[in-house]
Amino acid sequence: MKAYRRKLDLANGRVDLGHGSGGRAMADLVSGIFREAFANPFLDQGNDQAAFPTPRGGRMVMTTDGYVVSPLFFPGGDIGSLAVHGTVNDIAMSGARPLHLSASYIVEEGFPLADLKRIADSMGRAARAAGVTIVTGDTKVVERGKADGLFISTAGIGELPDGLDLSGDRAEPGDVVVLSGSIGDHGVAIMSSRENLEFETAILSDSAALNGLVEAMVAAAGPHLKLMRDPTRGGLAATLNELAHQSGVGFRIEEAAIPVKPEVAAACELLGLDPLNVANEGKLVAVVSPAGADALLAAMRAHPLGAEAAAIGTVVADDQQFVQMTTGFGGGRIVDWLSGEQLPRIC
Amino acid sequence: MKYVDEYRDGDLAAKIAAAIAAEVRPDRTYSFMEFCGGHTHAISRYGLEDLLPANVRMIHGPGCPVCVLPVGRIDDAVRLARRPGVTLLTYGDMMRVPGSKGTSLLKAKAAGADIRMVYSTLDALRIAEAEPDREVVFFAIGFETTTPPTAVALKLAAEKRLPNLSFFVNHVLTPVAMRAILTAPPVPGERPVAIEGFVGPAHVSTIIGLEPYREFAERHRKPVVVAGFEPLDVMQAVLMLVRQVNEQRAEVENQYIRAVTPAGNVAAQSLVDRFFELRESFEWRGLGSVPASALKLRDEWAALDAEKRFSVETIRADDNPACECGAILRGQKRPAECKLFGTVCTPETPMGACMVSSEGACAAHWTYGRFREHDSLRRAS
Repeated sequence: MKAYRRKLDLANGRVDLGHGSGGRAMADLVSGIFREAFANPFLDQGNDQAAFPTPRGGRMVMTTDGYVVSPLFFPGGDIGSLAVHGTVNDIAMSGARPLHLSASYIVEEGFPLADLKRIADSMGRAARAAGVTIVTGDTKVVERGKADGLFISTAGIGELPDGLDLSGDRAEPGDVVVLSGSIGDHGVAIMSSRENLEFETAILSDSAALNGLVEAMVAAAGPHLKLMRDPTRGGLAATLNELAHQSGVGFRIEEAAIPVKPEVAAACELLGLDPLNVANEGKLVAVVSPAGADALLAAMRAHPLGAEAAAIGTVVADDQQFVQMTTGFGGGRIVDWLSGEQLPRIC
Repeated sequence: MKYVDEYRDGDLAAKIAAAIAAEVRPDRTYSFMEFCGGHTHAISRYGLEDLLPANVRMIHGPGCPVCVLPVGRIDDAVRLARRPGVTLLTYGDMMRVPGSKGTSLLKAKAAGADIRMVYSTLDALRIAEAEPDREVVFFAIGFETTTPPTAVALKLAAEKRLPNLSFFVNHVLTPVAMRAILTAPPVPGERPVAIEGFVGPAHVSTIIGLEPYREFAERHRKPVVVAGFEPLDVMQAVLMLVRQVNEQRAEVENQYIRAVTPAGNVAAQSLVDRFFELRESFEWRGLGSVPASALKLRDEWAALDAEKRFSVETIRADDNPACECGAILRGQKRPAECKLFGTVCTPETPMGACMVSSEGACAAHWTYGRFREHDSLRRAS
């Protein structure tokens, strides 16, 4: 089999929207430009956060993220709360306890102050609810047309308990793959409120801080827990492919075991999208050794954010690192990275 | 989901699969072409190949409107979009389709052209009205399914006398392309493939009905089953085709009775006829130049015709010479037999028609099915 990756055309190429969509084009961009430029062992681990020892002992975790969501207010959330949840979750996926965040606002000239206040208030509330403090920030105003209303960048730090070593390269054949709940809610909520694509749905974004759920999972599964990751942009499909690549394994998942709300399935059907590729902001995927799977699932289901947790498949040995799925129809197929952006089909 | 889940019932699929297995004759093979990319997508996405007997082979036809548009027309669209003052509107899945020299609408957009994705032809009217200073061009593509919505937008544009809206028309015709595949002379060096029946595209038939397929049954003796795009629809269509072949019948049958009538949508046909007429010839990716296979605007609507307004002169551009799209579309080769497949040609960097949209034969195989060759190689070693 061929597993060709095309090199970035650094002489003539330009960044296009596909490079930001969480699919393979984005993975190629990051590895071809940023990883090469910044090369170091922390970055090479390829996780959404980095764990590092502090000079006086103990370990900290750090992450950073940018939020460019459109529209800024959507069913179930807004860019402010989303920025907190996304950053808290990136820290929590390492098993660390999130402590402090920074918030950098890039605001377009002409942006309504009332909206800015509403977003900042929402961000503050989300931080308090998640048990983190926003301890520093920055504000820049750019000329009209230079930003789509408002962008937020964050950084976050957390404290990593001793003995915990979760990482995307730890999945091993035989391990169990667990998903915390239904997929695609956030992406569909966003799409339903986009100008020119408005449709009526009761779906709310699942945007939520998962650090409480993670604490319960770490307590229940202990060393059996191998890794966690939140399937945000690119959805469950991109996350499983990332993990397969990082761990050098394959996955076999069962479509029938993956929770998808009927409204989400219907919206995806209408738009020709696959829920596996649609973004989530309050879900996580965990890989656990078989001995810890039952305890982990029980602990997740006892938490409100993991009530629908399900074992969706297993890790298998596969030198091609395929994510294979048994369809609800009984056939087999690959779950691949998305190629660039997921685009609605014309007919 | 009402009216969807019923057609994805795994138990029912197993029963149809058992019926197909019981009815196929072990001493022969069955080769059917699903013309439409929607069917190709369903077959790959639901893993239907695993449910069909080994001697039933599905040949993935060219019926993806994005896939079949030739390089030269993509180049035309890019040139149009780069003109000062022009806003080009396109359906999303056109964005990545490669033109010549590595261009695409996505790349032209990244380089500064005003190219916007729309979800409906009516967005074109809205944008043209809202931005009277822009020359708005709607990139109209697709088979018979998307032609009526373009006709509706043309009708409204004419009624509203919008001076800044025009249409770059690339609508193509299903039955003509099917005929071209069926009657193409064998290519030296390629193994001939006998297509023994067609799964016809249901959405096309909701517009054109069943009559245009009659010639395949009567003149060419090839059964046609017009089928829906849900996996159970496809399974049932295969069973119906197997039965026709076994009984040596060649008829046009309608599996999609829930939406297709023999005459189709007469009002839509009439609206299309009001605005469009046949082109003498049109280039298809993978098939070459096919006479009377596409539509253009009638002369009386010249004011709405972007080709006339901007003096578009298509410069013919060739596909990559190593690309095997033509042989794959005709069923003479499988995707993995093309030496570009998975090397320089992937969904991120498509070289040929079949890899261009998710509905193309190669893209569907790459995205959903390429583990099969690997598994069979592993079993063999």
